[in-house]
Amino acid sequence: MAWKNRYDRNFSTISLGEQEILARSHVVVIGLGGLGGGVCEMLARIGVGILTLVDGDRFDITNLNRQIISREDNIGVLKAKAAKERIRKINSSIQVKAFNQFVDETNLHGMIHGADLVVDCLDTIDTRFLVQEIAQKASIPLVSGAIAGVCGQVTVIFPEDAGYELIYGKKTETASRGIETQIGNISYCALFVASLQASECIKVLLKRGDILRNKLMIVDLWRNCFEVMELV
Amino acid sequence: MIQIELKLFVTLARYLPSKSEAYDILEGTTINQLINDLGIPNGIVKLIFINGKKQDGNYTIQHKDRVGLFPPVGGG
Repeated sequence: MAWKNRYDRNFSTISLGEQEILARSHVVVIGLGGLGGGVCEMLARIGVGILTLVDGDRFDITNLNRQIISREDNIGVLKAKAAKERIRKINSSIQVKAFNQFVDETNLHGMIHGADLVVDCLDTIDTRFLVQEIAQKASIPLVSGAIAGVCGQVTVIFPEDAGYELIYGKKTETASRGIETQIGNISYCALFVASLQASECIKVLLKRGDILRNKLMIVDLWRNCFEVMELV
Repeated sequence: MIQIELKLFVTLARYLPSKSEAYDILEGTTINQLINDLGIPNGIVKLIFINGKKQDGNYTIQHKDRVGLFPPVGGG
């Protein structure tokens, strides 16, 4: 398949030079549930050349309501393995590496080494702090999304930024889970917020557009409310 | 009395009073007092935005302020 033909519909919005930048870019997606599945799908389709996919979990029946990589016939399959297979079928030109592991302080640095960008799609707040800490030590920007019900938030954290402390407060004073434990997560919200994360990824990689740095985009789909708040 | 625009997000929406777009409060009210007056339990509000900018609970609310309160969201 001709490389330029594949991305033909990108080229009114993204230049050939920008497409080549994306093809050389390496993005690590951590967490492959409702957000991460959507993020890696969109990054693969737009043409990000190297994807590292990280999740130690396996699909279960409760994932089917929203997690785009989950299917009835892959319940019990490792999410990272299933994501890698799906991405390779979508775009065989990109390099995909899968880690069937939950992230911790011992393995995360090796997973993100050399990457241009990390995407936080996790579901525990304390692990989000860990990802920020390791990404900042490695001088890699971080795109973060979080959802609960039909609401969500997106921000971008650069190595020198305060980041999650501005959103969740001090790590030591923050509960591990948010209100999503009470109200669950809905399919269209997960993919909506994943789309916003993918958009921030492309803007950071291409150094283009208004990036949500030190800002928090808040979405409430019950009320059609979309607001960008200043965190500092 | 002063008037504010009040937005309560996600699970906080259940505490939203009527006439929230032009909600009357006493002059000198702080965000912490407002949260208490609305009956929102302690510790549920994680983010406070005044006119689109992050603030803390000690902020004294001004006439025409747009007040947004947000609980912790961490799902993926």
